[in-house]
Amino acid sequence: MILKFTDVDYTYHTLAGETEALKGLNFDILRGQFVSVIGPSGCGKTTILSLAAGILQPTGGEITRGGGDCGYMLQRDALFPWRTVEENIFLPLEIRGTKNAAEKSRALALAEKYGLKDFLKKRPGELSGGMRQRVALIRTLAAGAELLLLDEPFSALDYQTRLEVCDDVQAIIKNEKKTALLVTHDISEAIALSDKVIVLSARPARVVAEHDITFGDGTPKSRRNSGRFAAMFEKLRDELGI
Amino acid sequence: MKKQTTYSQGHVEFLKNVRRKKIIIWTARLGLLAVIIGAWELCAQFELIDPFVTSSPSRVVATIGELYATGNLFYHIGITLMETITGFFAAVITGYGVAVLLWMSDGARRVFEPYIVVLNALPKIALGPLIIIWMGTGYTAIIFMTVIVAIIVCIMNTLTGFLQVDGTMLMLMRALGANKRQTLCKLVIPSSLPQLMNTLKVAVGLAWIGSIMGEYIVSRAGLGYLIVYGGQVFRLDLVMTATIILCALAGAMYAAVALLEKLVTK
Ligand SMILES: Nc1ncnc2c1ncn2[C@@H]1O[C@H](COP(=O)(O)OP(=O)(O)OP(=O)(O)O)[C@@H](O)[C@H]1O
Ligand SMILES: [Mg+2]
Repeated sequence: MILKFTDVDYTYHTLAGETEALKGLNFDILRGQFVSVIGPSGCGKTTILSLAAGILQPTGGEITRGGGDCGYMLQRDALFPWRTVEENIFLPLEIRGTKNAAEKSRALALAEKYGLKDFLKKRPGELSGGMRQRVALIRTLAAGAELLLLDEPFSALDYQTRLEVCDDVQAIIKNEKKTALLVTHDISEAIALSDKVIVLSARPARVVAEHDITFGDGTPKSRRNSGRFAAMFEKLRDELGI
Repeated sequence: MKKQTTYSQGHVEFLKNVRRKKIIIWTARLGLLAVIIGAWELCAQFELIDPFVTSSPSRVVATIGELYATGNLFYHIGITLMETITGFFAAVITGYGVAVLLWMSDGARRVFEPYIVVLNALPKIALGPLIIIWMGTGYTAIIFMTVIVAIIVCIMNTLTGFLQVDGTMLMLMRALGANKRQTLCKLVIPSSLPQLMNTLKVAVGLAWIGSIMGEYIVSRAGLGYLIVYGGQVFRLDLVMTATIILCALAGAMYAAVALLEKLVTK
């Protein structure tokens, strides 16, 4: 197990009042699993990722991490436009002070393996939206993250790119044997990509249902083409109450 | 984007058009200048205006020649330039430093905010007598005036640039575990570079205001001194000459900053 939430509460305090975002939230993620979280908007999904990343501390309950760093991939790629692709990929190494020859060549090998070789010296502005998300993923992986936290990383892309990129990202994560926690509001994306889907209630979020998804051969395409896709979709829709 | 080498007919036409428009604009600009100078000179020659009060281009040229011959031209220009440029750099560098400190500490920012607002609103010339008493009548006083005029805007503009950094990028830095110094050096400073260039442009104008204002209050040399002196002894040729030199210098300094901007933000 790489991450476990036990009765986790989180409350935001602002001058305007307090917002109970999570209340008694329980779930766990096994190493190597690809887990998606779906829920109504504003229910506390981003809060879950921030807690998992350690950016926020829970106001109640306990979060157990099974070792390994977390990497965060955000809705927008947050590539620094004044740095080249290569320099963007090195950013996490610089921040951890591990920008040595070995780490650099490991990061570059990863970039080349996933088709960024010709783009290394380019600036993010010269890349397509899909390519930029791939760079953002490689940056996260280059940091040596074991658990990838993905906050609607595809929602800024147009539909066609989105299909391509989410398949692409899932394949890379599986291939590198990393664990992923993906937040999305797209039910079909969750079914196509995940080993497990967690359905959340409206705020304060708690787990309504968990589904292990086993059909298909593990690729998003086989999932989408499977006859069981539609039934699963309906079920998740019901549970979300839409 | 790659530079194309062969273009279609339509694109060649387009480029030609753009170039033609550019030439027209520049011709008009220079033409306007020539018309103004010409009209000024002619009006003065035919005494439609009194050249004793308005001076004239030929008298300005003569005055420049005279100043040059007595070795005073570059002396006065040099003094004013030195004051302005020193004050400019002092204001920009100190202002940047203060902005960094204020960005580093939320508490400090909130404590100092009202002071900065008041100092910004204060007409700096009101400090003239104090500055003379504190700093004497040499050029330290004028440089100090220049710094005071420019620095508050430098601080405020720079800080605004720092605070406008993209939220997602800040979040990324936090998730990567970056400390304040790393966030500053790797994200905040590079991403606020365009804002810094804007600040420099504004500071050029303010530095000139500061130095000339300083010279108005106290000075024994410099272009501002020439203007005040010329006014007192009713030598308006001198006033006009100094003003025109000032225009040229201020324009050149602005152009230098604009060039710098082009180089760093390309
Ligand atoms: N920094 C904050 N201060 C106060 N309240 C916050 C803050 N961040 C989030 N909230 C509130 O907490 C609740 C959960 O927010 P969160 O961002 O986790 O939801 P989400 O499920 O990610 O939403 P979305 O679907 O819009 O991405 C929301 O009601 C939000 O308004
Ligand atoms: Mg969110």
